[in-house]
Amino acid sequence: MKKAKQLFAGLILMAFGLGTAQAEYTLNLMKGVTKVSNDIYDLHMLILWICVFIGIGVFGTMFYSIYHHRKSKGHKAEQFHENTTVEIIWTIIPTLILISMAIPATKAMMELDDVQESEMSIKVTGHQWKWEYEYLDNGIHFFSSLDEASNKVRQVGSGLDPRSVSNYLLNVDKPLVIPTKKKIRFVFTSADVIHSWWVPDLGWKKDTNPGFINESWTSVDEPGTYRGQCTELCGKDHGFMPIVVIAMNEPEYNAWVEQQKAATAAEAGSASKQWTKEELAAKGKTVYETSCASCHMPDGAGLPGTFPALKASPVVTGDINAQVKLMLNGKGMMPAFGKMLSAVDFAAVVTYTRNGLGNSVGDSIQPSAIQTLQSATPAADKNE
Amino acid sequence: MSAVVAEHDDHHDHGPAKGLLRWIITTNHKDIGTLYLVFALAMFFVGGTMAMIIRAELFEPGMQFVNPQFFNSMTTMHALVMVFGAVMPAFVGLANWMIPMMIGAPDMALPRMNNMSFWLLVAGVLLLASTLFMEGGAPASGWTLYPPLVLQTGKALPFAIFSVHLLGISSIMGAINIIATIFNMRAPGMTLMKMPMFVWTWLITAFLLIAIMPVFAGAVTMLLTDRFFDTSFFDAAGGGDPVLYQHIFWFFGHPEVYVMILPTFGVASTIIPVFARKPLFGYSSMVYATASIAFLSFIVWAHHMFTVGMPIAGELYFMYATMLIAIPTGVKVFNWTATMWKGSMTFETPMLFSIAFVVLFTMGGFTGLMMAVAPVDFQYHDTYFIVAHFHYTLVPASVFILMAAGYFWLPKWTGHMYDERIGRLHFWLSAISVNVLFFPQHFLGLAGMPRRIPDYAVQFADWNMISSIGGFIFGASQLLFLYIVIDTIRGGTGEKVTAEVWEDAAKHSLEWTLPSPPPYHSFTTPPTVIPTEHI
Repeated sequence: MKKAKQLFAGLILMAFGLGTAQAEYTLNLMKGVTKVSNDIYDLHMLILWICVFIGIGVFGTMFYSIYHHRKSKGHKAEQFHENTTVEIIWTIIPTLILISMAIPATKAMMELDDVQESEMSIKVTGHQWKWEYEYLDNGIHFFSSLDEASNKVRQVGSGLDPRSVSNYLLNVDKPLVIPTKKKIRFVFTSADVIHSWWVPDLGWKKDTNPGFINESWTSVDEPGTYRGQCTELCGKDHGFMPIVVIAMNEPEYNAWVEQQKAATAAEAGSASKQWTKEELAAKGKTVYETSCASCHMPDGAGLPGTFPALKASPVVTGDINAQVKLMLNGKGMMPAFGKMLSAVDFAAVVTYTRNGLGNSVGDSIQPSAIQTLQSATPAADKNE
Repeated sequence: MSAVVAEHDDHHDHGPAKGLLRWIITTNHKDIGTLYLVFALAMFFVGGTMAMIIRAELFEPGMQFVNPQFFNSMTTMHALVMVFGAVMPAFVGLANWMIPMMIGAPDMALPRMNNMSFWLLVAGVLLLASTLFMEGGAPASGWTLYPPLVLQTGKALPFAIFSVHLLGISSIMGAINIIATIFNMRAPGMTLMKMPMFVWTWLITAFLLIAIMPVFAGAVTMLLTDRFFDTSFFDAAGGGDPVLYQHIFWFFGHPEVYVMILPTFGVASTIIPVFARKPLFGYSSMVYATASIAFLSFIVWAHHMFTVGMPIAGELYFMYATMLIAIPTGVKVFNWTATMWKGSMTFETPMLFSIAFVVLFTMGGFTGLMMAVAPVDFQYHDTYFIVAHFHYTLVPASVFILMAAGYFWLPKWTGHMYDERIGRLHFWLSAISVNVLFFPQHFLGLAGMPRRIPDYAVQFADWNMISSIGGFIFGASQLLFLYIVIDTIRGGTGEKVTAEVWEDAAKHSLEWTLPSPPPYHSFTTPPTVIPTEHI
């Protein structure tokens, strides 16, 4: 056992060595950037130290005994086998320690739970395998998925070096932007299975349950970029749906909001213009890679038994309107993309699947046609 | 009439049946105990192989060997195989071998059910393993089988569910048998408060099993009907709630983890006094602490679900109730320490494993206390900190104690002595590598690495590599145990062991009054002297 102890000491020393070698590295919980996360950190340290002291006491006694009370040293066994006083003492002292822990823990829990008087709300929806953000106060709405660089490297047997990507698996195509020094309420739900939204610097995680709403809140003091991940197993690409939150000072945040609104307006405008097949297919390739490739695979081969191949698929090479209808409304594990993709992206990816991935049907569909279908098809129609 | 009597007499002289059939039709508690133990050891290596695949993929960042779906199947199957195929059956095997001998009985109370319970276990585990080869792959939703994710499983889902049913029936039958044996077959004078701690802990565990296995069977049956018969227990669109499943699952799941730890406590309380040459300290407080832990295990389940979105009253209640568990658990650790205090200790392999158990289980207990604190668990939950915690309470706790039990009782079972040098080598390799394997996972979790991910950000690379190296050494070291078991069965060191095997062991428990190896039917006439040294 002593060797095991020495090993712990060795490990801890090694840990400090590594800590200096790699600046980003942490061994302990991070303090985070909110009041709640700091309170949680303090509570964590308090309990950690209580455990360390109890550990020193118990293990110290045990190792003293192991060293001195051994037969090889000629120690004769005493025959005592109970002592009511001692037993009462070692029941009461832990009880008192637990009570002293429960008081700050209760305070922190109440604080964490209090979503009242928030200044703005953001709705977070978990999807397999990306996040959807909707600013309930100004209507900004977008999806956020794993960045392209990480996505290339993380394919099985890609042979690419994860160290060549900055923030490998912790970077997204479109981060969530929040203002500093404001109490922000988050509401969580899911479109498919349970996910969990965790940014360690904010101090908490919260599950997203399909059909139910969860709440939590944060208020960040310092501008910065804070990264996290999904923490509830949600299927194949659970490890590949990171979260990036950028906290900005109020003026910069307002500028970002204006920029987003302008981009949405431009997007709406581009939906009414006439696109060529080539333009659509080129744009569709990017959409395919972020929205479709994780199931149907980058080359459209699918996963036999779970996700159908798109290459030579009867749906993709059949009637274009049937394909659009299926994609709008979803089917089984296939999500309803009608609400997830813009009309332009939708038309682009339909065109791409029919003219790329080894298919060559030759037709295309205009974003304006998709818009008509999006408004005409009730979302609940799942009888496809 | 005379024919019947003659047949009965004839039956008495029967030893075991000849050949392979002996193992299929046996109703003997020792044969069935052996079957359980051998099966559990085999599954330990199957589940271990899956762990090696997991650690190989996590050795470096990037995806090298398996696709993410198969990785998830591996974490799921590793857990299910280890829990239902290795640890639980191993303790049932020990119960079968030891309980009749410890309470002075000839056999278990319900021998035919005993046989059926074993073969249902084999059927259940084989059915589960067969899902690995099905279209869509084995279940990949974690051993907790949370909906809606688990409902996305391919062809394997109904097979996995039926396998859970079989395992549940097998466990319940085993538990009924143990309760019936303990209540009806104790030797005269063996009052409840004179029973060895191992018998006590199994008695309490058996009640836990009977209470929880039907709950689990009910939960998975609801999954089955949700998937195939259009019910909506766990689907909000039909008025159900996916979180309901988690409540039901953990109402089973939390006592379930105690099913694996209570008999562990029992074996530790059996071994430590023998090698300290002292009675167990605080026998009655040990019994009450075990019963308290079992009771508390039913009222703390939602501490597995602090981040699922519970009202504040629920969060606080489950936090307080969970913290309470530290008290009886602390009593146990203090009692083991007091048992060693002022003893006359020797450190044979079973004692080494038992001491490592007390120390490393306590470390798992400390992290358990840390995550009982709900607000802090909002950081720990579903990270590698949790993985480290429950592996500390399972591997260097339950598995180490199973090893200790193997070394402790193998000489009794076989009549041969194992090779102490190789035993100690096995111990030191295991004790060191298990810490290299799991200790760094605390750091990973605190630094922000979620569990159940096949690939990770590069700042987690160093500790994952160290953890994997520890894992490979730990896995390889267990082959030594396999070697020792086979070697001991085939004669071991060649040294003839006495009935007592260990110095003054017969003062502690009845099995040491029987010859080594013991007769096919343990106590055909009840023993007259009940050992009380353990009390």
